Amino acid sequence: MSGAGPDIAAVRAAAEAAARNAYGRLLAYLAATTRNIASAEDALSDAFASALATWPASGIPDKPEAWLLVAAKRRFLDGVRHARVRDAAEPALALMADDIAQTAEFPDARLKLMFVCAHPAIDEAARTPLMLQTVLGLDAARIASAFLVAPSAMSQRLVRAKTKIKDAGIAFEVPDASELGARLESVLAAIYTAFTCGWDDLASDANTALDVEAIWLGQVLASLLPLEAEVHGLLALMRHCHARRRARRDAAGAFVPLDAQDTTLWDKDEIARAEETLQRAARLQRPGRYQLEAAIQSVHAGRAATGRTEWRALSLLYAALAELAPTLGVRVGQAAVEGRVQGPQAGLQLLDLLHDAEKQNYQPYWAVRAHLLRAAGETGGARDAFRRAMGLADDPAIRAYLAAQRDA
Amino acid sequence: MEYAILFYETAEANAHRNHPEKSAAYWGAWGAYVTAVQESGISKSGQGLQSPSTATTVRLRGGKRQVQDGPVADAKEQLAGFFIIDVPDLDTALAWAARSPAASDAAVEVRPVLPPPS
Repeated sequence: MSGAGPDIAAVRAAAEAAARNAYGRLLAYLAATTRNIASAEDALSDAFASALATWPASGIPDKPEAWLLVAAKRRFLDGVRHARVRDAAEPALALMADDIAQTAEFPDARLKLMFVCAHPAIDEAARTPLMLQTVLGLDAARIASAFLVAPSAMSQRLVRAKTKIKDAGIAFEVPDASELGARLESVLAAIYTAFTCGWDDLASDANTALDVEAIWLGQVLASLLPLEAEVHGLLALMRHCHARRRARRDAAGAFVPLDAQDTTLWDKDEIARAEETLQRAARLQRPGRYQLEAAIQSVHAGRAATGRTEWRALSLLYAALAELAPTLGVRVGQAAVEGRVQGPQAGLQLLDLLHDAEKQNYQPYWAVRAHLLRAAGETGGARDAFRRAMGLADDPAIRAYLAAQRDA
Repeated sequence: MEYAILFYETAEANAHRNHPEKSAAYWGAWGAYVTAVQESGISKSGQGLQSPSTATTVRLRGGKRQVQDGPVADAKEQLAGFFIIDVPDLDTALAWAARSPAASDAAVEVRPVLPPPS
């Protein structure tokens, strides 16, 4: 690779980040003013596309929002847009132009937009995609692929959600203190869904992965709600996991499980940022699910310094987490940890408590069960479980890893 | 709702079926997938197909029969097998499609099955 290669990629990434940042802010403001997300998108989409196309070469403008707005207005004056759309969005565009001219600090409505996207009245399956599309400007086709949904179905889902917001008059506002906790939970869940979607996509390019977008959403949220401990908890969790991205595959592309990862491949700076974020959360003295999950990842990260995993610390954290958020993933994780601490039988007993319908197509359940059975000396059962886990894996690297484990 | 999931395969992957070193991994992956589908209880039917070279294609044009060796289209990705599955929605069908070894090799097509004539 030539010396200029990474620089060009970095310039392009910075330009794209700036364009998407400005787009999200403008869209949020416009949508909050008109309560009409679809027409706000219409008003800005061409300008956003030309920002993505020109900024990498021309450089990021001094006032990215102002640039986008001018471009959007120009498109309007060109008459390229449908009259109805123009009527709906033009007053808002004019209003925004005034706001930008008058204030150095452009009002940030993205928090309101995030609360709208994750509103309880919105179909749960649409919340994360809607947030990715509106706040980050991701296109529907890419979102559909990440969620393994047909692009036409994803587009419909997004359109329906926007119509619902407009027709039901869902308010663009930050909920007051009495409601904030519950409403924030669904915002955090939506961001975490984006993260896990990107995280499971092991093969994707590090710069375009959805987990990076989710971290960005988390950063935006943390900057807008600095006193909410769980926001920092979620951000710390995502950063800890993201720090290990490069170590999840070896040089030949084979899958490497967490406890076998080469810790020198972990991103030390990202781990430091994760720890700092987790400490910020802890200082707010309001523990929660994401902080516990981040603390679990922090224990794993400790292996880089000490060379060993503190399984007993993990056991305590998992017990607290299972109390607070007994999801399938958490309970399977807890079984794996107890299999280490108290022995494989204890882990298997925890797995036996899970409902058949819940676990039968859940790949991590079969993988953990296989490891525990093997540790318990039940080789036949272990082979069957490894095979079942293989059949449920959609990543060829994980499938190959499980096949090797089965035959080991 | 019933969906057909149609597995397409490259010639290279298809050749792994009888490859001295690669056949174990090939059949291991497919065997595991088929077991997972069957154990989940969604399978209505399904078959694997022999190689495209074993296919014979028939056409009737202007009253004349045309019989050809080989599959319908001379494409890089050829039909290698299928399942008919009964799942709640397209998203679930896509999840099962993505788990098949064909997804990372060539492609998997998911199509709703026509309902029986009423």
